[in-house]
Amino acid sequence: MPEPVAISRPAQAAMPSSAGDILPLRAEALSFEAGGRRLVDAVDLDLGPGTRTIVMGPNGAGKSLLLRLLHGLIRPSGGRVLWNGRPADAAVLRRQAMVFQHPVLLRRSVSANIAYALKVRRLPVAERRARVADMLELANLEALAHAPARVLSGGEQQRLALARALATRPEILFLDEPTSSLDPAATAAIERIVWEAADRGTKIVMVTHDIGQARRLADEIVFMHRGRVAERSAAFRFFQAPVSAPAADFLSGKLVL
Amino acid sequence: MQDFAAAFGLAFRLIATADAGLVEIVLLSLRVSLSAVAIAALVGLPLGAVLAVTRFPGRGALIVLVNALMGLPPVVVGLLVYLLLSRAGPLGVLELLYTPTAMTIAQAVLVTPIIAALTRQVVDDLHREYDEQLRSLGVGWYDAVGTLLWDARASLATAMLAGFGRAIAEVGAVIIVGGNIAHVTRVMTTAIALETSKGDLALALALGFILILLAVGVNALVMALRDHRLEAARA
Repeated sequence: MPEPVAISRPAQAAMPSSAGDILPLRAEALSFEAGGRRLVDAVDLDLGPGTRTIVMGPNGAGKSLLLRLLHGLIRPSGGRVLWNGRPADAAVLRRQAMVFQHPVLLRRSVSANIAYALKVRRLPVAERRARVADMLELANLEALAHAPARVLSGGEQQRLALARALATRPEILFLDEPTSSLDPAATAAIERIVWEAADRGTKIVMVTHDIGQARRLADEIVFMHRGRVAERSAAFRFFQAPVSAPAADFLSGKLVL
Repeated sequence: MQDFAAAFGLAFRLIATADAGLVEIVLLSLRVSLSAVAIAALVGLPLGAVLAVTRFPGRGALIVLVNALMGLPPVVVGLLVYLLLSRAGPLGVLELLYTPTAMTIAQAVLVTPIIAALTRQVVDDLHREYDEQLRSLGVGWYDAVGTLLWDARASLATAMLAGFGRAIAEVGAVIIVGGNIAHVTRVMTTAIALETSKGDLALALALGFILILLAVGVNALVMALRDHRLEAARA
């Protein structure tokens, strides 16, 4: 279904996942300040379609802020974010999704949580139903479809949050340490879904602290340190021979401050 | 103390025999106060939610005002509604004074700020939790209001109960705009005030017990309607 999203009609419902409309994503001199401190410092970044980009770095390096700036949740103090050459608008926001460290689930059933994201995008009811069923299967949550979302386990909640994000068939998916409080089995389930999404053509931009996870998922690594991009390398190169000193320290297990 | 024993007996007898006069008064009380809460919810829920979600100049002042209006003295509201509805008043042509409708209007005015202020608080808290997620999903403020109201439904039921408690218990407003006319505008509280002034303390006290029972009953009913699923969904 090679039907592009009509830019002039952002309420358009049909959204194939294949059309590359909003990428590449480009950050230009992107900065964010709070309380007199520069938390994200003049970041320039180009993110094209197709690859799984993993953002790493110590606490306070500005990884989560960078994700929020790119996604448009917070306004930059300086610089700008361009989507295929233009600033974000409603149509661009509709083609993105984000999964947070702590899933925020609505006080409704599991399937209603997924349906909600589609209802917001004014999808027809039949289409909603089909996609909800797809996503329940993808996240292995069919048996819990009618359970209240807030009683799920941590791993199930995060799977649901991920399924809800993917239900909208985003062109780019941001993930902010989605597995940081999950056990290995739950983490594996999340990683499998992320893999599948990437295989279907969704651009992945994921923050993680977990070096093992980065090795498993990354095509490329963006390493942040003190609000700046210290290094950006293909994953195999990064793990063999990181170029920047902070990244080398981080990988060798030294405490990077 | 003798009054208490007599009052209990009398209250029991009135309930047991389903005394026609009592049933009439109870039904009118419920009708007036439940209608008032329904109208107040229609205004107060959206108003409170919009105050919680949107940002505009004067919002802080408006919140202070709504919070302050929670403590409106019923007699003052009664007087204002009386002036509005009296023959010489702006709404005099409607001839609503000394009708149950007038009592409903007065109680709705009393209850609306309570529901609006409590809704604002509840939705504000929930909005803090949902804000980033909703914006990430591309939800505009208008849809966010509906989402937050629905997801806060359990807490909002409590806000409405607070409003109902206020309405069913107040006497100052309904006695001014209703006039405590037998078989027309006599409700529990005005009947208690009347019997007390007549010196029939046992009957007044008996009516008081029944009024408390009524309030407890409505609360229990609402609690029962909040089934286990809903409770679980709040976890």
